[in-house]
Amino acid sequence: MHPFSYTRAAGTRQALDAGRAGGRYIAGGTTLVDLMRETVERPRTLVDISALPLREITVTRRGGLRIGALVRMSEAVAHRGVRALYPVISQALELSASAQLRNMATIGGNIMQRTRCAYFRDVSAACNKREPGSGCAALHGVNRTHAILGTSDACVATHPSDVAVAFTALEATVHLLGPDGERTVPFTDFLLRPGNTPDREHALRKGELIAAVELPALPRPLKSGYLKVRDRQSYEFALTSAAVALHISGGVIREARVAAGGVGTVPWKLPAVERQLIGQRPSHALWTRAAQRAADGARPLQHNRFKVELLKRTVERQLRVVGGGK
Amino acid sequence: MPSRRTFIATTAAGGAVVAGGLVAGPSVFGAEPADAAGAPPDSRVSLTVNGERHTVTVDNRTSLLDLLREHLDLTGSKKGCNAGACGACTVLVDGRRVNSCLTLAIRLEGAEVTTIEGLAEGDRLHPLQQAFIDHDAFQCGYCTAGQIMSGVGCIDEGRTGSPEEIREFMSGNVCRCGCYVNIVRAVEQTARGK
Ligand SMILES: Cc1cc2nc3c(=O)[nH]c(=O)nc-3n(C[C@H](O)[C@H](O)[C@H](O)COP(=O)(O)OP(=O)(O)OC[C@H]3O[C@@H](n4cnc5c(N)ncnc54)[C@H](O)[C@@H]3O)c2cc1C
Ligand code: FES
Ligand code: FES
Repeated sequence: MHPFSYTRAAGTRQALDAGRAGGRYIAGGTTLVDLMRETVERPRTLVDISALPLREITVTRRGGLRIGALVRMSEAVAHRGVRALYPVISQALELSASAQLRNMATIGGNIMQRTRCAYFRDVSAACNKREPGSGCAALHGVNRTHAILGTSDACVATHPSDVAVAFTALEATVHLLGPDGERTVPFTDFLLRPGNTPDREHALRKGELIAAVELPALPRPLKSGYLKVRDRQSYEFALTSAAVALHISGGVIREARVAAGGVGTVPWKLPAVERQLIGQRPSHALWTRAAQRAADGARPLQHNRFKVELLKRTVERQLRVVGGGK
Repeated sequence: MPSRRTFIATTAAGGAVVAGGLVAGPSVFGAEPADAAGAPPDSRVSLTVNGERHTVTVDNRTSLLDLLREHLDLTGSKKGCNAGACGACTVLVDGRRVNSCLTLAIRLEGAEVTTIEGLAEGDRLHPLQQAFIDHDAFQCGYCTAGQIMSGVGCIDEGRTGSPEEIREFMSGNVCRCGCYVNIVRAVEQTARGK
């Protein structure tokens, strides 16, 4: 780990000033401390934001839910409103990491977590994300866990977050605080695909803080849930995952929100699947037909071809779990 | 060609590299020393460990785990992966189970830390410690302190409704010796108040 200086921000203004001066925010520290120890991250100054007033979960005027950036994963899981209104969120969180890590990690830090690509974490390997222009060792290396969607010749790393998949499905909004005040960014625009600049991962401007993630009010009743498929039963990142939310009324699907994880360079929204569902009656045949579109545009690598079929089956199964039908 | 810096960093990931010419004594960071200009930045922090108040000045890079093991001589908490992936370092901070390897010590101003050394009351073992003995819930013992601290958290959180639930909520603690069946029994017994 490289040496760094440390300040604890007493308030938002102080944090933003320190951030603009080049300080790096630290929340739970479960991504940042780990990567600093690997010398992948080398901040000169850490700005501790844990005292900022960004730790509430509130119902919005529109009837959605606003989750403060510093809410811990375990706190969000335990929150009654989250569990009752958006099971897909509480399930995605509870299937993430471990109880210890969920006690430390925050919602803001979670969506900012960096890829688990082994070449990114190994400072002696070529990685365009860590060191632009150095190449991508994963392209022709061991790439079983890598992405099949949204990849480029520069980078094939997956975004590892589970709850970000649920945020993508629900079309959440990210609230940001900067020197010039507040702004909002749709979650689906917040995380960036690699293209030629895999080192640029998100829409934050220098010194900007994530204040909250807002979940939209959705027509009720809404059924939702998250399925995670992995190499071991728990404490493991997703090979594939599916976040599904359906509003069914009068026996017909009126709203469908579907996204996949473990397969994309960013959490992957599945509009083609959603379109297959709208206006239809729930049935097993429908789930099968819709899920056929889950891997549209996939570009598998040498070791992760299995993800194409696994993704379709993951989506099909979760549609069935959430939507029921015969 | 990796530079000397990356060489040191990557080798140190394996363990015991001490960079030469350090100003501040043996490094547990396995990284380069601070700028030639002086010692690496440090900070003062006051925290309570097992009921005892400590005020220490440590290099900012010090993890809670290294503070406990290297500075306070509390070696019960173990370093398995040093990356949040095994749970051997689990302790309670303000009553919640966390990975001490990913916790920076200087962030713990005013915090209350409980480690395995602070669990027994005098000579009377904590019920979960006793249950680990009763159920033969360890072999080599390397993971055990972390398992017990995590189990205390798990029971406190009320996630012990069934063996399946215990397994899921204890999954942050890996055991190389594969003592899981007996660990789950020990947690279950303690949760039921025997
Ligand atoms: C062993 C292990 C297993 C894991 N398994 C899973 C898993 O299965 N699923 C999953 O989803 N995650 C998993 N994780 C990742 C974990 O969820 C993240 O590390 C955690 O959510 C990050 O949150 P944090 O608060 O600790 O972030 P930090 O480490 O504090 O910060 C991470 C990044 O976000 C920035 N940041 C933090 N807060 C803000 C803010 N408010 N505004 C702007 N920038 C900010 C920091 O500057 C930093 O760059 C795992 C982690 C480990 C170590
Ligand atoms: S040493 Fe902390 S989790 Fe492994
Ligand atoms: S008892 Fe040996 S690692 Fe668990």
